[in-house]
Amino acid sequence: MMEFFRFLNDQLLKMNWLDDLISLLVENVFGLSAKGRIGGSIHFFLYDTIKIFILLSVLIFLSSLIQSFFPPERTRRILSRVKGLPGNILGALLGTVTPFCSCSSIPIFIGFTSAGLPIGVTFSFLISSPLVDLASILLLASVFNWRIALAYVVVGLILSVIGGSTIGALKLESQIESFVFQPSGSQPEEGNLSCNERLRFAFDQVVFIVKKVWLYILIGVLIGSVIHNIIPEEWVAMILGKENAFSVLIATVLGVPMYADIFGTLPIAEALVGKGVGIGTVLSFMMAVTALSLPSLIMLKKVVRTRLLAVFFGIIVIGLILIGYLFNAFSFLLI
Amino acid sequence: MTIKILGGGCKNCQTLYANTVEALQKEGLSADIVKVTDFAQIAAMGVMQTPALVINDRVVSSGRTPGVKEIAALINKNRE
Repeated sequence: MMEFFRFLNDQLLKMNWLDDLISLLVENVFGLSAKGRIGGSIHFFLYDTIKIFILLSVLIFLSSLIQSFFPPERTRRILSRVKGLPGNILGALLGTVTPFCSCSSIPIFIGFTSAGLPIGVTFSFLISSPLVDLASILLLASVFNWRIALAYVVVGLILSVIGGSTIGALKLESQIESFVFQPSGSQPEEGNLSCNERLRFAFDQVVFIVKKVWLYILIGVLIGSVIHNIIPEEWVAMILGKENAFSVLIATVLGVPMYADIFGTLPIAEALVGKGVGIGTVLSFMMAVTALSLPSLIMLKKVVRTRLLAVFFGIIVIGLILIGYLFNAFSFLLI
Repeated sequence: MTIKILGGGCKNCQTLYANTVEALQKEGLSADIVKVTDFAQIAAMGVMQTPALVINDRVVSSGRTPGVKEIAALINKNRE
């Protein structure tokens, strides 16, 4: 049974068959060593690009199917029944099965708030929504291992719960633009989707998301393959290595302004770990890229005032830095 | 008949707009098509996922991009 699971994990998730195939290609067609500098970079680039695109398509299809059962109207109804900390936990959990498109987060924010949901619960939802989702869990398991994937999920959820609870406890309702609170007139009456409609929705999502992120992925893999085989290990270690006490800080600060999703950052993370960068440093970087970005902050600015935006930003940055140092300290448990 | 396309101008909203125009042509109908891009207005209609299609102030789809055939059916159903 264990053997069978390992086989599935290696061939389907880690795609060892693809690894071997590309090695053959690099060695026999290009005539380069797959372990060498140039050959290794080409191998990394081809293998990672193909792997991420296959996994991305399959995973987005599956997670969109699940999403189609949790439209925000339903999420809001479920959330309105629980109060306090359980509300934050549920908000963070539901954030994992709802859209990762940042263009939806503002209407959802308004929809939740105007329906009377506490802002803390809404923020728990908004933090976890881009940060943790089914696709990212499986991709992390593919590129790293299951323990790191689970740790990422748990930590992401805890950050969402604590972040949301803190914002709730600070009573910052006055920091939200007043139009947000206006109750919405009609409630959309979206009937239940048929099985075919769900499948079509999932297929459309795959096309839409692949179109949206393919360039980020290529850039990510390109940077990854350069780090992987061309940049000397000592350079990377000097800036982001375990000996540099500021490594997590630097990784977070580098990650915040970057706008990509987890699919684009994974190849960079993979290459950095290969160069001996601590797992906590890499997690902080990935989470900073996905959880915070300039476009999403600009969007959020339309509905909240500067102080709440600063609190939101501050909590996440501090949280990410703490996560990074904790993971580095306990990384021996994960690898 | 008034048809509103709700959404902040993302790719899906443009597809929805094009599909709606095509559906109207196919059915030989005319309507005022209005693009709503302001979040406050979108939220005021109770919509949480864009793009959304609103026919005569009724939200008939949100968070997905229905095809020409489905839009034609929705238009016929909500014409009055």
